[in-house]
Amino acid sequence: MSKAFVSVEGLSKHYPSPGKQSDLIVFDQVNIGIEKGDFVCIIGHSGCGKSTILNILAGLDVATSGGVIMDGKEISGPSLDRGVVFQNYSLLPWLSALQNVNFGVRARWPNWSKAEVEAHSTKYLNMVGLANSLHQKPSQLSGGMRQRVSIARAFATQPKLLLLDEPFGALDALTRGIIQDELIKIWSADQQTVFMITHDVDEAILLADRVLLMSNGPNARIAESVKINLPRPRERAHIIDHPGYYKIRNHLVNFLVNCSNQPARADSDRHATPIEIDPLVEVPHAGEEKPVTETGAGRKPAGSSLVSSIDSAPSLACRSGSDSTIF
Amino acid sequence: MTLNVRAAIVSLLLLFVILVIWEALNQAPAATTALSEYELLMGGADQQARVPPPSKIIGHAYDELSRPFYDAGPNDKGIGIQLAYSLYRVLTGYLAAAIVAIPLGFIIGMSPLMHKALNPFIQVLRPISPLAWMPLALFVIKDSEQSAIFVIFICSIWPMLINTAFGVATVRADWVNVAKTHELSQLMTAFSVILPAAAPTILTGMRISIGIAWLVIVAAEMLVGGTGIGYYVWNEWNNLDLNSVIFSILMIGIVGMLLDLALSGVSRLIQYEE
Repeated sequence: MSKAFVSVEGLSKHYPSPGKQSDLIVFDQVNIGIEKGDFVCIIGHSGCGKSTILNILAGLDVATSGGVIMDGKEISGPSLDRGVVFQNYSLLPWLSALQNVNFGVRARWPNWSKAEVEAHSTKYLNMVGLANSLHQKPSQLSGGMRQRVSIARAFATQPKLLLLDEPFGALDALTRGIIQDELIKIWSADQQTVFMITHDVDEAILLADRVLLMSNGPNARIAESVKINLPRPRERAHIIDHPGYYKIRNHLVNFLVNCSNQPARADSDRHATPIEIDPLVEVPHAGEEKPVTETGAGRKPAGSSLVSSIDSAPSLACRSGSDSTIF
Repeated sequence: MTLNVRAAIVSLLLLFVILVIWEALNQAPAATTALSEYELLMGGADQQARVPPPSKIIGHAYDELSRPFYDAGPNDKGIGIQLAYSLYRVLTGYLAAAIVAIPLGFIIGMSPLMHKALNPFIQVLRPISPLAWMPLALFVIKDSEQSAIFVIFICSIWPMLINTAFGVATVRADWVNVAKTHELSQLMTAFSVILPAAAPTILTGMRISIGIAWLVIVAAEMLVGGTGIGYYVWNEWNNLDLNSVIFSILMIGIVGMLLDLALSGVSRLIQYEE
């Protein structure tokens, strides 16, 4: 099996419990493969360990077992190869917008002259539409503008992998939409590999090539890897007109509402990869209820088609009963 | 009228009222007969000593301030010279304390081990009155001048040390993570992230310290003698020159205020808004 660009292998995180109880297992046996240039979103309820996975990818947290291999090397700490955009922006408040981006650029290319650094930073701040706020401090910027600075800083260092931890979580819907568009624009220009946490199903469909669905913690797993097979470039205004949009959306919402509570599968195959699903591919017996179907856990032969088939994973078979479009 | 203008008017009014009452309460009774030579020498026929009224003090202040740097022997130096001695001692001891306290505070703030290990020492040494160190300092250092500087050092070290450690320990984890994800070295992180992030807290400690140092120098100089504003106050008391005593009390207040203003100016420069 050829290794993906980023390969998360058998990752688990335990926290010791007080007393003699067994450890709290946040998530277990997480396997993810991310190809170069992929935009991958991960969705799951709070507490399932999404942020911990992202922090492990960033090198800021350590897994209890398992590891992450990127570009043939194991991740063992923070690195400029992996840029992070935090939910709370994490700008240095004593520096202006430009200086904040300079901070990243100077760390990435220590030998650049001051003029080179500033030109590079300014270019990225222009890309996120902040040409007129270069010299303002974060406290003088709105939440949306701060997050733009943070995105500019991450993109400006041109990391091999960009990690976004709910970057739009704290923003109002209008601002969020505008910055999503900007994110798509930069991403398509730079062809970055992106791993992003989100709570927003529509955001995930708009941005991602693939959405990883995580079951609830403790003992969370990545249950499904849903392919978002919608044509690019996507636009917020028109994507909902695509015939497949609601099919995908219903599948994702259905999982979050109905399936994420399912207990983790019993067979703890260390190398179990998440079930791959493409909601746009018709399943042979798809009835009126739009049943969610899976391949057997981890037994997907390499290079298998995206067509799913039900076999040996009854515990994960989750039938949609509710009208998920109410969301 | 802005708030500032109104506040200034009230302040001036209060000052005026206080000065008038002070002046009125401290008038010597007018002499009914011609003063004898002895009475002239003693400054009046009054049997009771009085606090000098503001009018006299202002006159005296004018005299002193018009020639602040005269030096007519050990017992008679200008106020400027005395203040300069005190400032020299305060600033020397204070800077020495900053040089020790800020790096040490960084270590304590960044290392929970050092925090726990050094905390008992700090907690025991901090409440000691700085003047209690004086005899030991005199014995060890064998120089009164340097002992005074040591006392300033020991009293101004604690607020700076504790505030630096606190400021460094409470730097937001996000900012440290930013440094980590940009692969900054420990030293670079300390200078480019932790120092600016903790600077306002450190400056608060430095401001408290300079205030304490200025309080302590007066007492220390009363003990060691020789020069300085503290010595000057005590010496003028021994000379029974209350004009000079009150004048120098005012000067101590004004210089202390200027020191604080200087540091608050610096702290405004490095203050940031989250």
